[in-house]
Amino acid sequence: MPPVIEAKGIVFAYPGRPPVLDGADLALRAGERLCLVGPNGAGKSTLLQILVGLLMPTAGRVAAFGRERRVEADFHEVRRRAGYVFQDPDDQLFCPTVAEDVAFGPLNLGRSRREAAEIVAATLDRLRLAHLADRVTHKLSGGEKRLVTLAAVLAMEPDVLLLDEPTNALDEETWDRLVEILKGLPQAMIVVSHDPHFRRAIGTRGLRLAGGRLTDLDERSRTDLRTGGHRADPVETMDGEG
Amino acid sequence: MGTVVRADATGVLETAATRRSPLERLDGRVRIVAAAAFALVVVALPDFAALIVALAAAAGVMLAARLPVLRTLRRVVAMDTFIVFMIALLPFTVPGDPLFSVFGFPASREGLAEGARIALVANAVVLMAMGLLASFEPVGFGRALAGLGAPERLVHLLLFVVRYIDVLEQEQQRLRRAMRARCFRPATSRHTWISIGHLVGMMLIRALERSERILKAMKCRGFTDRLHLDAPPRLGRTDLVFASCFAGLLFGLVLWEVVRAAGH
Repeated sequence: MPPVIEAKGIVFAYPGRPPVLDGADLALRAGERLCLVGPNGAGKSTLLQILVGLLMPTAGRVAAFGRERRVEADFHEVRRRAGYVFQDPDDQLFCPTVAEDVAFGPLNLGRSRREAAEIVAATLDRLRLAHLADRVTHKLSGGEKRLVTLAAVLAMEPDVLLLDEPTNALDEETWDRLVEILKGLPQAMIVVSHDPHFRRAIGTRGLRLAGGRLTDLDERSRTDLRTGGHRADPVETMDGEG
Repeated sequence: MGTVVRADATGVLETAATRRSPLERLDGRVRIVAAAAFALVVVALPDFAALIVALAAAAGVMLAARLPVLRTLRRVVAMDTFIVFMIALLPFTVPGDPLFSVFGFPASREGLAEGARIALVANAVVLMAMGLLASFEPVGFGRALAGLGAPERLVHLLLFVVRYIDVLEQEQQRLRRAMRARCFRPATSRHTWISIGHLVGMMLIRALERSERILKAMKCRGFTDRLHLDAPPRLGRTDLVFASCFAGLLFGLVLWEVVRAAGH
């Protein structure tokens, strides 16, 4: 089965700085929940943004959903099919109310106001967030903001999810809820996370980004991989964050 | 002219910092007063010859400031596009000897002269202002204004704009990027206007909240409505020499006018 999203030999540098990505390869297959780890500033968010064409690499190729993607127009379809949940929910929530923000994506995809309203209701219902519909976005709690950004992306019915540090500053209850939601979703996903428990709870495979390249990360035993549950005595993690 | 104040590497500032000119070493207060006095005198000059001398002086200062010539001229042209329509209409609105006519509307010689005069004045003043002021570090500009006795509130406002304009721009760009990630493409549609409206509204709310957080953090560090700026240094010899030469130039221009007016 060909990968849904594949990046090969990605090189990227911010102006006036050494390359943050220097030959990074990555492939995401259907049904996978791929975890990405690496030190701060290693280029994890940069890589995600390259996958959906928000940043253009200086070298390397991105293929998504069976086609190579080169120019801005190629990426419009990628952005529709790969839902990107940003690291800081405040970057994403910009509409006055939750309902309006969740409707933003569907409206961009050309749905009518009525269809969008139906999608909003269904999505919020599915995530048990219906009670937040008319709340003002910037007054939500951190956990609520996180779940709403996920709803806003799921409302576009993506085939793939890209999650950038989704557990940042979540309380335990929201953390559990997020894990439960993500494990219930059929989408393949790439998850950037510094949280080893979270990676163990949801991940099916790990990659480590360091020195601009990606290497396999084996931070769990095979059995644990299959059950996907918490481990009482985690094997030594390669990133030393456990 | 937001780019002149911005603290990043795209404005005149960056090049000014890399190519030090003798003008930059002048005291900021002298430069501000000189630019303002120049503008006042030039605006009052009715004579073409005097205006051309003023324009030449401004160009000389611009060269002495070692600003990148092409980019500076492009900025001046940008300013000219604002006034070009007014200048183009003047010959038709000022009464006087008809010189030529367009679609039956006579254009007067006096109007043409008035238009040319305004163009000369505007270009001379803008060139001089860029030559003297564009090389300012934004914070240095605030200090110089404070040294000249500008209201403290305005100086604070300027310094905070300098500090946070970049933060706000980054915030705006992150939001725009997140919008694009959800397939937003600006078009002439109700949805676009509403979305842009939300973006602007959210930026304002965030800016307000951020400013409150900043103020709280400042208060935690003992802020009592006063920023303590370094006292401006005493004027040096070069400052005084420059000020005298500049005053001489302006006085010369005024004298020229007076003599010419008396001769009539």
